[in-house]
Amino acid sequence: MPTRSRLHVPAPPARPGQPPDFSYLQLSPAGAVSRPESTCSWRETMATATGLIRVLDDGHRATGPWNPRLEAADLQVGLRHMLLTRLFDERMVRSQRQGKLSFYMKSTGEEAVSVAAGMALQPGDMLFPAYRNQGLQVVRGRPLVELMCQLLSNTRDMCKGRQLPVMYHSAAANLFSISGNLATQFPQAVGWAMAAAIKGEEHIAATWTGEGSTAEADFHYALLFAAVYRAPVILNVVNNQWAISTFQGTAGGEQNSFAARGPAHGLPGLRVDGNDFLAVYAATRWAADRARTGGGGTLIELVTYRAAAHSTSDDPSRYRPKNEPECWPLGDPIERLKQHLIALGEWSDARHAALSGELDAQVGAAWQEAVKYGTMTEGPRLDRDLMFEDVFKELPEHLRRERELLRAELAAPV
Amino acid sequence: MAKMNMIQALNSAMDIAMGRDTSVVVLGQDVGFFGGVFRVTDGLQRKYGEHRVLDTPIAEGGIIAAAIGMGVNGLRPVAEVQFADYVYPAYDQIVSELARLRYRSAGDFHAPVTVRMPCGGGIRGGQTHSQSPEVLFAHVCGLKVAIPSNPYDAKGLLIGAIEDDDPVILLEPKRLYNGPFDGDPNKPAVPWGTHPKGEVPADHYTVPFGRAEIVRAGQQVTIIAYGTMVHVAAAAAQSLQLDAEIIDVRSLVPLDVDTLCNSVCKTGRCVIAHEATRFAGFGAELAATVMEHCFWNLEAPIQRVAGWNTPYPHAFEWEYFPGQARIALALRAVMEPR
Ligand SMILES: Cc1ncc(C[n+]2csc(CCOP(=O)(O)OP(=O)(O)O)c2C)c(N)n1
Repeated sequence: MPTRSRLHVPAPPARPGQPPDFSYLQLSPAGAVSRPESTCSWRETMATATGLIRVLDDGHRATGPWNPRLEAADLQVGLRHMLLTRLFDERMVRSQRQGKLSFYMKSTGEEAVSVAAGMALQPGDMLFPAYRNQGLQVVRGRPLVELMCQLLSNTRDMCKGRQLPVMYHSAAANLFSISGNLATQFPQAVGWAMAAAIKGEEHIAATWTGEGSTAEADFHYALLFAAVYRAPVILNVVNNQWAISTFQGTAGGEQNSFAARGPAHGLPGLRVDGNDFLAVYAATRWAADRARTGGGGTLIELVTYRAAAHSTSDDPSRYRPKNEPECWPLGDPIERLKQHLIALGEWSDARHAALSGELDAQVGAAWQEAVKYGTMTEGPRLDRDLMFEDVFKELPEHLRRERELLRAELAAPV
Repeated sequence: MAKMNMIQALNSAMDIAMGRDTSVVVLGQDVGFFGGVFRVTDGLQRKYGEHRVLDTPIAEGGIIAAAIGMGVNGLRPVAEVQFADYVYPAYDQIVSELARLRYRSAGDFHAPVTVRMPCGGGIRGGQTHSQSPEVLFAHVCGLKVAIPSNPYDAKGLLIGAIEDDDPVILLEPKRLYNGPFDGDPNKPAVPWGTHPKGEVPADHYTVPFGRAEIVRAGQQVTIIAYGTMVHVAAAAAQSLQLDAEIIDVRSLVPLDVDTLCNSVCKTGRCVIAHEATRFAGFGAELAATVMEHCFWNLEAPIQRVAGWNTPYPHAFEWEYFPGQARIALALRAVMEPR
C-alpha cells in the first residue's frame, strides 16, 4: 500500500508508432442488454448506462430487445442520408484544401449518431446540434446549396458572413444556431424543453455534445436542470474517443461510462453503439417516448470513433497511431447498415455504387451552384453594411455612425 | 542570442522557468503530449514529465480553479486557455477568486497564477477565434495584464509573469506568433527572423511590468498601441511620412503613465489604437489618462482607432480589423491645424 498520494495522469492506450489498442472499451454482444420500459425508473437503467446497447450482430442481422423493426424502405433512407453526409464532408474538405473555404470539420464515421437520431425524432422537435452533427441538417432536408453557402460565407450565407463554417442554423427546420463555444447549447436545450412543458406543448428538445465537452460546467447544469424539472429533453454525448489530442479518459471516461452520469443525477442513462444505426434509432425513440409521456429527460452516450482529423487545422498523426481508425472495433456505420440491408435481401453492391454515384453528382451540382454566389476568393461578396446589422434588433445610432465611417475608410486613399 | 518567433520565445520562457524552479507547472487543453494547438508548449511534457505539464479536461473554469488551488499550495501554475474567446467559463474564478484572494485574506493567501491566452484577429477565425478581451481583465482590480508585440518582450514578460507573486493575464496576439504583421493581408508573410525583436537571449531575463516601450522616437504625433497594432500603426505613420513617436504599452496593468504622457506632452497630438471594440475599450482609459495629464499641451482632440462595436465577423475580417487606412484617417484628423 502506498503511504502517500500520487497524481494519476490518464494516458491513451496508444500514441503514434504504437499498436492501436481498444481493449479498454467495454463491449456487450448485440442483443445482450435488456430493454426496460420507457416509463421505468432511472434505477432500472443502471445496466443500460454501463452495458452497450447493440442491435446489429456480427452476421449483420438485427437482434435483441432493442431491435426497432424498421421497414427496409426506412433503412434505405437512413443509408442514403449517411452516405450523402459522408460525400458532402469529403467534397467540402477538398474545397477547403483548394482555398475555397477557410475551415471545415468532418463527421466521418459518426454519421449514424446524427442520422438515426434525426430520423427517430419528429420535425417539430427542436434540435440543438454541435458542430459535428451535419447529418441532422441532412435529415431535416436542408438544401446542400444552402449549407455550402454558409461554408463559403457568400451572398446567400444564412449567417450573413458572421460565423465560421459549419455553424449552421435553420429556424424553419427547428435547428438551433450552432455555437463555437463548447457545451453552451446543452443546458439551453433543457431550457427549451422546460418552456415546452410550461406551455404544455407536445414537442421535445434534443442536443448533442462531444465527450470532451462534458467537462464544461454547462454539461452538468443541463443534467441537473433536466432532472430537477423532468424536462422533455434528450441529452446526447457523442463519445468519439478523441477531443483534439486528448482521449476520452481525460474527460473522465476511464472511471465510468458517460451514460452513467445520468443515473447519478436521477436521469436514465443509455450507452449505445453509435455506429449501429438501429441501436441509435431505438435508443432515441425510447428516450423520445419517455419525454413525450412526461417521464423527463434521458442521457444517451453514443460510443463511436472520430475517424477523420478534428478539423482541417488538425493533424491526428501527431497524437494517435495512423492506423487507429482501421482498428476501431465497432466498424463503420455506413458499411454496417449496408451489409444489414444486403443480408435482408434489400440492397446490393451495385445499388450501393449507383446511389453513391447519384449522391456524389448531387453534391457536385450543388457546389457548382453555391460557388456562383461567391467563395472566399472569387465572385460576389456580401454587402459590407451587413456587418453592423443584427447586433441589436434596430440599428442604433453609434453603429449607423460606424457604418458611415467604414464607407469613408474604404473610399479613402491609404 | 538566438532567432525566435513568438511561439519559440514563449516556449523558451516556460522552459527556463520550469528548469529554474520545480514548482512551476503548466496546464491546459492539449498542452501536454501535443504541445498545444499553436505548439507553444511543445516538448515541455517530454522534458519535465506528466506531473508538471498536464493535459486537462475541456473546462476553463476547472483549469483556473485548479490553478488557484495549486498556487495556494505552493506551485506556480501557468495555465493556457486555448483561445481568449474561450476564457469566459473561467471568468468567475478569475474575477471573484484569483484577482481578490490576496485582498480578501489580508495577504495570508495568494495564488501566483499566470494565465496565457492567444488573442486577436487576422487569422480568419470568425467570432470565436479572434477576440481581444483585454479590457475585461484590465478592469478587474488585482490582475496584472500584459500584451507583447514581439518575441523578445513575449519571453521577458512571461518569465516575469511566472516569477511574479501576483496573478498575471498574458494575452498573446496570435497573428504575431510567426511574424510581425503590418495589417496588409495581401503582402507575403514576414518571419520574425528578419526583425530585430526576433533576436532573443537564449537564457533568463525579464521585461518588467509597468514599463511601456518607445518603439520609435518622433516629434509630430504620439501613437499609443499594443499587440498587433504596434506594427500596423508604425506602417501607417510611415506611409504618411509622419515623424510619429510610437509607444508600445506592453503592460496594461500596471500602466506606464509617465512614458505615455511625457510623449504626448512633447508632441501635443495623440492617436490610440487597439483591435478590440471601441466602446469602453482600453483606449478609453488611455485617452482619459492622457487628457488628465496633457490637456494643456494637446493641439487636437485625441483620436481612438479600434474594431467596430460588433462581434468579429468571419466574412468581413479586413473591414472589421483596424488597418492602416483607419489609422491614417485618425492621423490626418489629429494633424489638422486648428
Ligand atoms: C469553451 C471552449 N473551449 C475550448 C474550445 C476549443 N475546442 C474546440 S473543439 C475542442 C475539442 C472538443 O472535443 P469533443 O467535445 O470531444 O468533440 P469532438 O470534436 O471530438 O467532436 C476544443 C478543445 C472551444 N471551442 N470552446
